[in-house]
Amino acid sequence: MAIFLTKESKVLVQGMTGGEGMKHTRRMLAAGTEIVGGVNPRKAGQVVDFDDRAVPVFGSVAEGMAATGADVTVIFVPPPFAKAAVMEAADAGIGLAVVITEGIPVHDAVVFQAYAKQKGTRVIGPNCPGLISPGQSNAGIIPADIATKPGRIGLVSKSGTLTYQLMYELRETGFSSAVGIGGDPVVGTTHIDCLAAFQDDPDTELIVLIGEIGGDAEERAAAYIAAHVTKPVVGYIAGFTAPEGKTMGHAGAIVSGSSGTALAKKEALESAGVSVGSTPSETAALVLALLAAAREVTHN
Amino acid sequence: MDLYEHQARELFKDHGIPVPDAAVVATPREARAAAEALGGSVVVKAQVKTGGRGKAGGVKFAADAASAELTARQILGMDIKGHTVRKVMLAQPVDIDAEFYVGYVLDRAAGTFLAIASAEGGMDIEEVAATRPEAVVRIPVDPAVGITAEKAAAIAAAAGLPAEAATVLQQLWQVLIREDALLVEVNPLVRTTGGRILALDGKVTLDDNASFRQARWGTSHADNADPHGDPLEADAAAKGLNYVKLAGRVGVIGNGAGLVMSTLDVVAGCGAEPANFLDIGGGASAQVMADGLSVILSDPDVRSVLVNVFGGITACDAVADGIVQALESVHLTKPLVVRLDGNNAAQGRAILNARAHPLVQQATTMDGAARRAAAFCLMGASPQTPAATQGVR
Repeated sequence: MAIFLTKESKVLVQGMTGGEGMKHTRRMLAAGTEIVGGVNPRKAGQVVDFDDRAVPVFGSVAEGMAATGADVTVIFVPPPFAKAAVMEAADAGIGLAVVITEGIPVHDAVVFQAYAKQKGTRVIGPNCPGLISPGQSNAGIIPADIATKPGRIGLVSKSGTLTYQLMYELRETGFSSAVGIGGDPVVGTTHIDCLAAFQDDPDTELIVLIGEIGGDAEERAAAYIAAHVTKPVVGYIAGFTAPEGKTMGHAGAIVSGSSGTALAKKEALESAGVSVGSTPSETAALVLALLAAAREVTHN
Repeated sequence: MDLYEHQARELFKDHGIPVPDAAVVATPREARAAAEALGGSVVVKAQVKTGGRGKAGGVKFAADAASAELTARQILGMDIKGHTVRKVMLAQPVDIDAEFYVGYVLDRAAGTFLAIASAEGGMDIEEVAATRPEAVVRIPVDPAVGITAEKAAAIAAAAGLPAEAATVLQQLWQVLIREDALLVEVNPLVRTTGGRILALDGKVTLDDNASFRQARWGTSHADNADPHGDPLEADAAAKGLNYVKLAGRVGVIGNGAGLVMSTLDVVAGCGAEPANFLDIGGGASAQVMADGLSVILSDPDVRSVLVNVFGGITACDAVADGIVQALESVHLTKPLVVRLDGNNAAQGRAILNARAHPLVQQATTMDGAARRAAAFCLMGASPQTPAATQGVR
């Protein structure tokens, strides 16, 4: 098992024929993802060759779904067109839309997130690396060869590169799924959604939660953990040294006044019983120690 | 991007919100002329993007044009919380009967905008909300519907505002939507003794992601390109780099916002302070790396440099090529500690080993690299011999 994405997932790529779309479709195919088609109204009917795989291009998400039974779409279209792309996918009734695009205006995100929710489409992102269930499928831009081994750690993170760093450090142990939820102010799937899914996933034994400055998603996740999560959770927060009022790379990564600080997030998580590492390596060590302790208990 | 008060005022005016007559000037002489045109007595207001300017002496009443010139002379050039005053706004004084607050803010958790309104304007709204939460009304706005006349009237009534404030609430929503703002607030919205409603002061934050469809930002908001900014930030921005100047002495370059923030924290954990945030992004080319390094090395505060790259999409050999390229054009005088891991790390390390610059050291872990860069910074000395470098792995 895994969350949101399994080997059964049939994946469309909106924006597949663009530069980024081509590059990452090739990588997703190499990782074993079942890519069933691309979407581009101007190139409908064409077939794109990726090494030994020929992938058809459909004129719309609805057409692609009807022809292939696709249930996931990965969206690479540029910011001016991203809102329409997500709304089209939601209109077609797709279950999961993974929005990789960075730089989407917040007003567009507010509109398409509300729309997708109403239509029953789960959105991951925008401005995210997507999600991977190692050994099964990869939807997005997470480099699959960092951690190829399926395992029992579930990971949720705002940051792409911190996801890669932690996956690399824990590659011998392996992951059920790793989800990059994105660093924008308004994202679809939250830390809490992933915590709930990992809690219910029989193949996930321990959850890693990576957060960063800005907003109060981590504080809300901490409250959720205290009330609903029985599996061990290990946390990491980036941005202790970030100055107030400066956007640190991600559009959402900003400390405003006294809100959104790394310290407040760390304290909230710790008070919910989460072990919080002070560096990525220490975080990985905490994960290994907790898993080893669980083994001890089982063996005794 | 935060706007100056006078820019916020212009946007309010464009969308029909009543504002006092005003002028913006950069010299005392211009202030005199502008005050004369405004009828003599004016309020002189420092234009800085920070709160508390009243307490700092940045807002003063001038009874006539001559005293407006004097007052402008005092305020222009003043330092308010690290912001130098380059312009002042002169506004016609108003006799205030009552002060209110209206605004829209993004509720990140709900993914919607919230209308915020209070009959207790003129003060810091966060303070009012903290001490007297019942005095502040917070109402979510459905993005598909926006602010209708009924909705605006309901918000005004809930907050105890006069009925005329409902019109302002609708106009302010248009500012938010049409200008791609993340925050708009009028504080205070006043009722004058004559019964007029006026937006006396305001704040607007625009969404940088929307610049592609807001053509006029390039011209009307051009002086927002950080006029008080750091020259290094300006240089980095011109090179298209994601850079923030900080107060310490260890220069930091990495890929990905999360990893770079984390790197700053790890450096601080080693007892040194980072000199900057610099994210070269995913899939960075050698040129981007070289540009980044040249910005960091031109910072006189920097004593040592840490390059921390985990190659996901970024290829470590391209990063190494960028470092070698930078070494061609910049005379390196500071220790440079490089940690490359992930995609093509072995090739990247080999490129740096082959270059064998005596000031370039490699480390295999993020924590080890940070410790070493911090140690160089704290010693303020040159690194050990390159032989020690090769021993790392």
